[in-house]
Amino acid sequence: MSENQSETTPGIDGPEIDGPEIDGKAYWKEVIRLTLTLLAVWFLVSFGAGILFREVLDAVKLGGAPLGFWFAQNGSIYVFVALIFYYCFAMNRIERKFRIEG
Amino acid sequence: MDWTLFWVGATFATYIGIAIWARAGSTNDFYVAGHGVHPVINGMATAADWMSAASFLSMAGLIAILGYGGSVYLMGWTGGYVLLALLLAPFLREFGKFTVPDFVGDRYYSDTARLVAVICALFVSFTYIAGQMSGVGIAFSRFLGVDFNTGIFIGMGIVFIYAVLGGMKGVTYTQVAQYVVLIFAYTVPAIFISLMLTGNPIPQLGFISNVKGEDVSMIQKLSDTLTSLGFSEYTTTNKTVFDVFCITAALMFGTAGLPHVIIRFFTVPRPSDARLSAGWALVFIALLYTVAPAVGAFSRLNVINTVNDTTYVAPGEDYAAQAAALEAQGVTPSPAWFTRWEVTKLVGFEDKNGDGIMQIRGPNAPDGLENEVTINNDIAVLASPEIAQLPDWVVGLMVAGGLAAALSTAAGLLMVISSAVSHDLCRRTFFKGMSDKSELRVARLAAAGAVMAAGFMGIYSSQLAFVAQVVAFAFGLAAASLFPVILLGIFWKRMNREGAIASMLTGLVPTFIYIWHFKLGAGKDAGPDEWFLGVSPEGIGFVVMILSIIVGVVVSLATKAPPQDIQDLVEDIRVPGQRRPHGIADAGMSPAE
Repeated sequence: MSENQSETTPGIDGPEIDGPEIDGKAYWKEVIRLTLTLLAVWFLVSFGAGILFREVLDAVKLGGAPLGFWFAQNGSIYVFVALIFYYCFAMNRIERKFRIEG
Repeated sequence: MDWTLFWVGATFATYIGIAIWARAGSTNDFYVAGHGVHPVINGMATAADWMSAASFLSMAGLIAILGYGGSVYLMGWTGGYVLLALLLAPFLREFGKFTVPDFVGDRYYSDTARLVAVICALFVSFTYIAGQMSGVGIAFSRFLGVDFNTGIFIGMGIVFIYAVLGGMKGVTYTQVAQYVVLIFAYTVPAIFISLMLTGNPIPQLGFISNVKGEDVSMIQKLSDTLTSLGFSEYTTTNKTVFDVFCITAALMFGTAGLPHVIIRFFTVPRPSDARLSAGWALVFIALLYTVAPAVGAFSRLNVINTVNDTTYVAPGEDYAAQAAALEAQGVTPSPAWFTRWEVTKLVGFEDKNGDGIMQIRGPNAPDGLENEVTINNDIAVLASPEIAQLPDWVVGLMVAGGLAAALSTAAGLLMVISSAVSHDLCRRTFFKGMSDKSELRVARLAAAGAVMAAGFMGIYSSQLAFVAQVVAFAFGLAAASLFPVILLGIFWKRMNREGAIASMLTGLVPTFIYIWHFKLGAGKDAGPDEWFLGVSPEGIGFVVMILSIIVGVVVSLATKAPPQDIQDLVEDIRVPGQRRPHGIADAGMSPAE
């Protein structure tokens, strides 16, 4: 199966990829910042709300369920899904900014 | 149970049809489905790959028994996908090869590192696959009247056809079909039970709703019912917060480090597809995982309501006549589903006080009575259509769903095992001059061998004690030994060969010894007091993972930095579309091929 990537010669170092120079370092910095932010949310909804602060949150009820318990069994999963799709969206934006074709 | 036979036959015929349609023509097809799988399709295949027989049959029942304690599985087995999407999948896709040991071996310019990764991948995958095969055998022997071993042989035959013929390509498309079967079988009964108990057709909403016609929430009613029978409250656990934390983390990092999950993301065209695909995978997984706690809670409440304090009707008697006679005397007979499932030994009744009434009691029962009823974890799902009084054709679908879950996971694991042998060991380590054509031949042969090995491990699974400890072994080892080297390999350029090998061994050896000691060895009966820092064997993978990262970093800093070429490689895989060939590892194996 052929792919529309540029032709490369195996075993030879550093043939330049066609197109304008990409600022890889600045790009990576933005990616890391985004990743760390999203991981913080990931930690807060699962380990935070579902485990460490569960008892505090359980005082609040969501419908008929204690909130901490709900985060541990349902809520965190919804946030995980949202996190990944937001990551895709934000990464596409960063890649456009740096003219990278992912 | 004619419907069971019908559904199993119909689904198996579909899988074989797909296998014939999706044959592999090259190693690229065989290992990564030609990098041509659509991200949504791959997401669905990943969901089936991921959800095993245990997820489908046992998890809801396990949560029903553990209550809040069951949350470790729910968060652990979904949160790992966030790590995969953000930290691993797109970068490994950009790296552009076939296996996890490919990455470890090339990134750490070392065949020793490659071999250690192969050992980890093989051990994790074999532990996991044996459980799937024995699940297939149990399903056949219990529901289709076939002998346990014959059941495994039938399962082996089916997987053999699509894995050996089609490789990853065949596996991918059968997994999609298997996902459809298993999610339908799982959610339809759940919707009707939710409607029955709470009046809300969406199980996730029924979970937080009031009991139908009453002014008390379903979860509150369940907790009250449990405490009145001497169980602990549903929303609590007897595990410490620290242990719950460690188990959840070990399952999350383990999920992200499992080779059969990672390689699914090699099948999509581009890195951006890999992260999108992880999102879709989690959507499809969440469809089952957010329903599971509802099914668990509903079934616990339902079982107690319909079974507790009813008068026992033995199987073999004419149920309808017996029940009518009992009702005429003004007592409630045990439900019909209980009598039907008693034949399979998944539920049982022992009349300890000889009064003919079935008492369900917890350890602290206020009336001092002993518990007389045993309920297998799988019942929460298997009997759900009957509890919801659905037609027989839905009942039959449950077994086909369980088999779909077991076979799809087994096939994904087979791909890891066969590529570890044909690609990592043969092509990349011992016979480097091998042609693509002979590698494909070896890959098929290895897949065939792996099917046999898996089948025999399934047959002897009752003697192989470690097989029953999948959760501890597979996830602990994946978290402690594979996750750190992959993560550091992408995010820390300075990580070198020495650090990687030290890190993997630090992950592998202590985790293995700890789990073996406390699960199978001398410490089997030891309690939390004897555990290291109070961490259970299921959670130790996380603690060792931290250690493994520290060791990897320290050893790397104490030894020579990796060659410039490798540091360039790391920079390349961080930026999509920038991957260039680097040195010996890429010679003759250009990632762009």
